[in-house]
Amino acid sequence: MHQDPTAAAAPSALAVPTAEEAVRRALAAHGRLTVDASAVASIADLYALGLTSHATVNVMLAIENDLDVEFPDAVLHRSTFATIESITAAAEAAE
Amino acid sequence: MTAPVLAGSTETHPTDTTAAGTTASADRFAARAALVAEVAAQHADEVDRDARPPREAIGAMREHGLLAAAVPVALGGEGATLTELAAIATTLGRACAATAMVFAMHHGQAMALWRHGGVGLGVTAMTEAVLAGALVASSTTEKGIGGDARRSTCAIEVSSSGRIHLRKDAPVISYATEADAVFVTARRSPDAAPSDQRLVICLPEDTTLTQTSTWDTLGLRGTCSNGWVLEAVTHEDRVLRDDYATISARTVLPVSHVLWASVWTGIAAGAAERARQAVRKQARAAVGTTPPGALRLAELLVDLQSLADAVRHAAERFDAAAEDPSVLESTAYALAANALKINASERVVDIVTKAMRIVGIAGFAASGPTSVARHLRDAHGAAVMVSNDRLLQNDAALALMSGAIL
Repeated sequence: MHQDPTAAAAPSALAVPTAEEAVRRALAAHGRLTVDASAVASIADLYALGLTSHATVNVMLAIENDLDVEFPDAVLHRSTFATIESITAAAEAAE
Repeated sequence: MTAPVLAGSTETHPTDTTAAGTTASADRFAARAALVAEVAAQHADEVDRDARPPREAIGAMREHGLLAAAVPVALGGEGATLTELAAIATTLGRACAATAMVFAMHHGQAMALWRHGGVGLGVTAMTEAVLAGALVASSTTEKGIGGDARRSTCAIEVSSSGRIHLRKDAPVISYATEADAVFVTARRSPDAAPSDQRLVICLPEDTTLTQTSTWDTLGLRGTCSNGWVLEAVTHEDRVLRDDYATISARTVLPVSHVLWASVWTGIAAGAAERARQAVRKQARAAVGTTPPGALRLAELLVDLQSLADAVRHAAERFDAAAEDPSVLESTAYALAANALKINASERVVDIVTKAMRIVGIAGFAASGPTSVARHLRDAHGAAVMVSNDRLLQNDAALALMSGAIL
């Protein structure tokens, strides 16, 4: 069977991404940032880089899907999604 | 799909950890209510299945002071307002409707002690017992009366030296086996009119209960509202000072309607939460595409919010007028209290039904993490416990005299 070279990047049970990888991937796909999500500093203010609360919902869902976790209601506030570092911390706590 | 919690917390309280859909105030009771709710949730399915009292949750309510919450500060209690009690009832109702109804029914009666009881020894001793965690049940309806709590057949018979005797054939007494006292309505004397009632504190040691029927119902199964013949030999200092017409108008009716409606709001919120979980799962499967259920969920949240707002407003209205008999005994106030009960009992069924449709088959399922079967069955209890038609019939006469409070 033909090997898809991008297959390695797709989430699978064999290669669970780290929380930060999942966060950056979700931001790249759904964050609508004005810059490349893979190059954003982990403490940079994502709202200043174009993140909106509407996009945040999709970022959250993508991370949940990627890591097979669910963010508890208690962390679902604006500050949680302010930086890659804070999102990552919340995602790790949710695991 | 924009989660309201994200949009709503944009401007204020960046570190606020209040969860979406939870009651916003009543901070001093919130943590304890959450602890009790956790216990109640653990046993909710079993309590429902076996139609047995939520003993673990009742124990937790006692342990965490929720049964004593409303005892006035002057009497050594925390003096919870009705707004605070309402928030607790909703938190409990999300977890286990039977537990929440026990909480609601207890407070509807217990508050009569210090608001209407006077200073008789038997009454003040009961207040102290409530402060220490006693659970109060009630017997207001009577066989042959047809569900009207404001008329009695049974009567207080006074014998020598203040001893009194009463015997009541009660079609339902909720959680009678768990209670530390049953408050019983009875005519003032054997020759008094049916509506000339008093409220009598009947302690277990003074009371014989003979079961006449079994509570095997569609929902609210854990309230265990069996039928009983209650026979008590007690003392006249355990009769509350005010007549029951006053107690009902100023306290039992408005407090009960607010707290029941708060419980139903909790049931609705619990079902809505399951709908939200289901839609979130769908959304995760196709991130970026709003699933069709999200629109229905948003619509359901409109209904839930308006229900929650109506309940909270009614609770605040009581707290504002709590010491003003002229307001509490007004026709307009009675209509408003009934309106809350009728409205909330209809809305809860609507909301839970919508939630079930949003979840789909997993919601229709009798059990499972997103089943709303118990919620739906419990919700249907709302319109029949004190029939909406009876309230409307009462309202029909009052409506000729007064309009709505705007």
